[in-house]
Amino acid sequence: MRRDISHEKIKDTVARLCIDANYFLGNDMIQAFKSYIENEESDTGRDILKQLLRNAEIAEKEQVPLCQDCGFAVVFLEIGTGVCFEGNIIEAINDGVRKGYTEGYLRKSILSDPVKGKNTNDNTPAIIHTTFVPGDKIKITVAPKGGGSENMSEVKMMKPADGIEGVKDFVVDRVLRSSSNPCPPTVVGVGIGGTFEYVAFLAKKALLRNIGERNTDPFYADIERELLQRINNLGIGPMGLGGRTTSLDVFIETHPRHIASFPVAVNINCHVARHKTAII
Amino acid sequence: MSESAIITPPLSDDDIMKLKIGDRVLITGKILTGRDSAHKRLFDLIKEGKSLPVDVKGQIIYYVGPAPAKPGYVIGSAGPTTSYRMDPYAPLLMEHGLKGMIGKGVRSQPVRDAMKQFKAVYLAATGGAGALIAKNIKSARIVAYEDLGPEAIRELEVENFPVIVANDAYGGDLYQEGIKQYRR
Ligand code: SF4
Repeated sequence: MRRDISHEKIKDTVARLCIDANYFLGNDMIQAFKSYIENEESDTGRDILKQLLRNAEIAEKEQVPLCQDCGFAVVFLEIGTGVCFEGNIIEAINDGVRKGYTEGYLRKSILSDPVKGKNTNDNTPAIIHTTFVPGDKIKITVAPKGGGSENMSEVKMMKPADGIEGVKDFVVDRVLRSSSNPCPPTVVGVGIGGTFEYVAFLAKKALLRNIGERNTDPFYADIERELLQRINNLGIGPMGLGGRTTSLDVFIETHPRHIASFPVAVNINCHVARHKTAII
Repeated sequence: MSESAIITPPLSDDDIMKLKIGDRVLITGKILTGRDSAHKRLFDLIKEGKSLPVDVKGQIIYYVGPAPAKPGYVIGSAGPTTSYRMDPYAPLLMEHGLKGMIGKGVRSQPVRDAMKQFKAVYLAATGGAGALIAKNIKSARIVAYEDLGPEAIRELEVENFPVIVANDAYGGDLYQEGIKQYRR
């Protein structure tokens, strides 16, 4: 079972996902804004949530980006082992990012080198995470990530003795210290376990879930609920100006760990929680 | 001050003293834009005793780096950027007459002190509401530092641009007050 997928197909799919992710907010987010407006006690907070609903309507209707920070193009690939490419898939993805960000009038925010660099002017290169799965298809998810919320993220090598209570306190404290900076209401991705670099990936991957989608393990699903409540008791509120709505959801992803290590990562996403998927 | 009052720059000390934290304000008129690189250049010019390419007296600076404009649009999505990166430069600009700053996120103590000392306000716009805010921008023209691209200083003509007073000239801070009020 082998199936050919062309450079053009991958490029065009990635380009469309970059644009769609920036123009169209997920329905789960729209529904979340609506239900949180009901429970928001602050007038200012309610006003801001209404602005976010209106913003999503305008972006969709006029086909313009939700936010001027159109993000770093983070791409998740699940490649079926039966798939054959012509050429280089990394190049095809970057060609897609270039096309999407240029044709979609999206802001280009990537410097070619972190210290000496200039703007690459086409938002490349993408950050690409790849896994292999059985089958003859490719699943591509593009999750453009804004700088404001990314900057409030953190990895901590905790002690195994800190236990799950230590993890919870770290997550809540990270949100508290972020205050208004990540454009609350936020979505909070948490990684637990694995290694130093892998735990950050887990936290990022957690952000691909839709609002309300709980961890399949009831133990972690309960912790997600508990963390959301604790975070929304902080009082930070929409845009940090006070209120009940600080985060719309908390998602935990886990991995086996070394007996000596207990890595935890928090990756914060803003209310412009962008992720769009295609299977080709 | 009543809800959603309209302000138009240039602003006087009296205008500023009428604003209190939590006030919802609509800006109509001309405002300037500037973020990291433009701030650094203005700051360096003042330090060197040179004149500025734009007059900041009585003006409002909006911290924004807009998305490119689609054909037929005056500007792309244009929500606020995080303000703390402008904190090192803001007090000196206020000393030279800047009356307002629009951005998102908390300001440092020196910036808050300068607002009190020089009578200025910090106005919070809704971060991430770039498509919505662009609707309130009627024209945009580059007035300095064209070489900086999205970071160039622009003069924007705005109409009913919605902001909330987050820091006033009395030392008030809505970020601190808000969280105190809603913490459980
Ligand atoms: S944190 Fe998110 S919503 Fe806020 S400016 Fe950045 S990308 Fe936009």
